[in-house]
Amino acid sequence: MGRFTRGFTSRAHAARDPRLPPGQYDTGKSWPVLTAEVAPRLDTATWTFTIEGLVEHPTTWSWDEIHALPPSTYSGDIHCVTTWSKLGVNFTGVSVDALLDVAGVKPGATHVVAFSHTAYTTNLPLADVTGGRAWVVWDYDGRPLERAHGGPARLLVPHLYFWKSAKFVAGLRVFDHDEPGFWEQNGYHDRGDPWLEQRYQGD
Amino acid sequence: MTAAARVTKTWQMAKVVAIRDETPRAKTFRLALPEPSPHRAGQHCIVRLTAPDGYTASRSYSIASAPDGSPELELTVERLEGGEVSTFLHDDVAIGDELEVRGPIGGWFVWDAETPALLLGGGSGVVPLMAMLRLARRNGRADLVRLVVSVRTPDDLYYADEIAGPETTLLYTRATPPSFARLPAHLTRDDIVQPVAPDAIAYVCGSSGFADAATDVLLDLGVPPERVRVERFGPSG
Repeated sequence: MGRFTRGFTSRAHAARDPRLPPGQYDTGKSWPVLTAEVAPRLDTATWTFTIEGLVEHPTTWSWDEIHALPPSTYSGDIHCVTTWSKLGVNFTGVSVDALLDVAGVKPGATHVVAFSHTAYTTNLPLADVTGGRAWVVWDYDGRPLERAHGGPARLLVPHLYFWKSAKFVAGLRVFDHDEPGFWEQNGYHDRGDPWLEQRYQGD
Repeated sequence: MTAAARVTKTWQMAKVVAIRDETPRAKTFRLALPEPSPHRAGQHCIVRLTAPDGYTASRSYSIASAPDGSPELELTVERLEGGEVSTFLHDDVAIGDELEVRGPIGGWFVWDAETPALLLGGGSGVVPLMAMLRLARRNGRADLVRLVVSVRTPDDLYYADEIAGPETTLLYTRATPPSFARLPAHLTRDDIVQPVAPDAIAYVCGSSGFADAATDVLLDLGVPPERVRVERFGPSG
């Protein structure tokens, strides 16, 4: 370190929550909205979610079909690269494991690209969306996920920075290599682990 | 990835060489960087404050100055009540101080100075758009940009001495200057007075509410969603 800012003292340091990764602050009750595109109005009557690419059975689910899968809930924290974290949130949807089980990942698969009903994409190692660490969610704290936050459904990968949790998610494409997504092509990190502060390319 | 999209890992100790009041709640900090790299209009920097015990707080601020080859750049910072970083910058930082800075950052909300651009800014959201306007004017291509800025009152307008011009439309939502023809109101499609070029890119920056309203206006005018780029300013203190 050694680069102190003259006159700056840590205001809330003593009370810092251990759930906060380095460089993050607790946003409390608020939930900032950050979207680089126009938020689409999606109709659940025509909504779909697809798994394609390096899988045995490329599969598309309708809104009703995906709801027929066993529900799964995440209770914990989320972390945005813009330095806010939101602690103790609850999302409900379906585990990505359950979806990949249906599609059957082929040998050699290493990465996925999540794509949205907009032009948004984000890349993730397969290991980060399997093993009970990723979901497609449509409920937030027991209520339908709002459009501003990616509703009717978004990806949820809470152990990575939140741009990986693609809003308006339309599906996952399975690859045998890494393909940088929207923010990753624009300077952001390919993995995005908040505990390692992997914010930008090169971190 | 293009070279321009790479983000320097380096944190630099930038020296504050000037501080200017833009409004009662906004200040511009002119920073001299020891290792400057050219920025693109619309990019931002991160400012990191470090306490003696190692505690840090960092926030992103848009660059207001045009890319002009100078080793200095300007960040305009709105003072958010209770905002840990913005209150420190406003209340404690003086000319000659050093601030730790990383950037420039961003490869999406940037303008190349060649494509027609429709810029819609709400309040402090004007900052990255001002870099674009300044660049256009500097290049003698102000004809490429249309800037619409919405603020609550005349006191809330940033860059008041500089921003007005044939390419700029100012809107007030609460109170107007004396003898201003338009009544106080939020942005509507009637405020986009000139036709939007079919190849224009629209840049929207402001609060989430402003961004939603502005993108609705653009879609209503027939601008394709894929030609709209949005940057929302959250409560990031």
